[in-house]
Amino acid sequence: MRRLSRFNLVSLALGLAFLYVPILILVVYSFNGSRLVTVWGGFSTRWYAALLEDLPLQEAALTSLGIAFVSASAATVLGTLAALTLTRLGRFRGRLPFAAMVYAPLVMPEVITGLSLLLLFVAVGFERGVVTVTIAHTTLTLCFVAVVVQSRLASFDRSLEEAAMDLGCPPLKTFLTVTLPVIAPAIAAGFLLAFSLSLDDIVIASFTTGPGATTLPIRIYSEVRLGVKPEINAVCTIFIAVTAVVVILASLISRRTERPAAG
Amino acid sequence: MTNDTAPQKSVGERLIIALPYLWLVAFFLVPFVIVGKISLSQTVIAQPPYTPVLDLSAGLGGLIDFFGALSADTYATLAGDDLYLFSYLKSLQVAGLSTAILLAIGLPIAHAMARAPARLQPFLVVAVMLPFWTSFLIRIYAWMTILQRDGLLNQVLQGLGLVDEPASWLSTDTAVLIGIVYSYLPFMVLPLYASLHKLDESLLEAAADLGCPRWKAFWLVTVPLIAPGIGAGCLLCLIPIIGEFVIPDLLGGSDTMMIGQTLWTEFFANKDWPVASAIAVVLLMLLVVPIAAWEALQSRQIREGR
Repeated sequence: MRRLSRFNLVSLALGLAFLYVPILILVVYSFNGSRLVTVWGGFSTRWYAALLEDLPLQEAALTSLGIAFVSASAATVLGTLAALTLTRLGRFRGRLPFAAMVYAPLVMPEVITGLSLLLLFVAVGFERGVVTVTIAHTTLTLCFVAVVVQSRLASFDRSLEEAAMDLGCPPLKTFLTVTLPVIAPAIAAGFLLAFSLSLDDIVIASFTTGPGATTLPIRIYSEVRLGVKPEINAVCTIFIAVTAVVVILASLISRRTERPAAG
Repeated sequence: MTNDTAPQKSVGERLIIALPYLWLVAFFLVPFVIVGKISLSQTVIAQPPYTPVLDLSAGLGGLIDFFGALSADTYATLAGDDLYLFSYLKSLQVAGLSTAILLAIGLPIAHAMARAPARLQPFLVVAVMLPFWTSFLIRIYAWMTILQRDGLLNQVLQGLGLVDEPASWLSTDTAVLIGIVYSYLPFMVLPLYASLHKLDESLLEAAADLGCPRWKAFWLVTVPLIAPGIGAGCLLCLIPIIGEFVIPDLLGGSDTMMIGQTLWTEFFANKDWPVASAIAVVLLMLLVVPIAAWEALQSRQIREGR
């Protein structure tokens, strides 16, 4: 029998409160009428109105969304190929260094990844800007996609693929008609993860960016360093609302698509 | 195994391997070699700000000049100034302490999640993941609002009469620890939950039937079985925290810097690319052992998953 003890309940409640209360406070204060972030001056949406006038911020947001979309798309393709290589293609020379290169970026401190990529771009004389940030984000996030897709591939019953091939289905068609539908939710989850990681990154983007390519986090970061501002609360609230909606939708969709396969 | 273990692969299979392989070699491996090379260069005021610059057009003579001009001066600089040593030690201390706190907080949460009704568990996983999906910068900013001198924490503490005058929380090590624990908690809870979830509960029932107290059964049965999850959670937190930049920069004080901040300052403020590279090389050396352990755990997981 599963029953939560009092200790379990308290840990869960405290844990979730710890995770959510700070975010909740941030959202509440974005509707604060007072310029002082800590004094409540009544409900107001003036900070949201102020955002409509802030053109550099909007431009930075568009730059970020563009980079996130392109790099997440590239990372999804490369990461899925990497996952297939690790789980389906058996042994080949150089498999071990390949696995090492896929897992290392997941834990590598961002300052090292950022610095090394920048030095590469300088060494080959590549002009820094939107393209270099996109390449950097693709490299980092493809590894996250690979891990998500690979765990789905590892738990997937291979006899289905083998049955198709035994019946004379060519490998590419087997992949498209048998494997792909099963791993599609993992690929979608990988894309979303890559997208949000790219949208979130400050350190690697700061190293690899150039003039004219300010991303949203770099912009917010330079404002936040100078102190707390109500406009930033408003930006953050919009950001939180969008990600919450996307993640909840994505998890609903993946539950719906996974259920028939599991049942 | 029935899969193709023969060395000969079709063109399609080779292409599948080659694309991500070449990408990672070009944008992950080669950059490290360049960092190593520049850490052996001298700082100059030029563009790029280091010498020697490899000039391939000069042919073999250029190559010999190039290697002749490399030096270990930057490493002597690192060894000669306490600033760098303190920075490394500070990072290790903060990372070790925060990982220990994360494990202590994460284990009860993951345990409760794994024991919750099966129907509820997917929602709890999403609930723990959700803050991770919202921007990391936003979460640190949220704590800046709470911890600043006239912030919410001081208002609450004063309201309760616990302190007479507002304490400064921001720009302290405590603030850095809070920020790190808050940001990395999902990375600790999810691997722990994954291994607790797979745990066979009849083992614990057997221990209870034989008269083993609950805490002792947890220590003797559960902990050894979830050791890979504990290892994964700790490494997933420890390694990136050592090189953390944004959290100590926004929440910490200016007296002692973590190594990620020192690297950042050398690079962006002092424009000393060779020293920044040397810091990265030494940091990487420190991380070789934990990263190798991480790699071993990950490869084991794939093999078990098959």
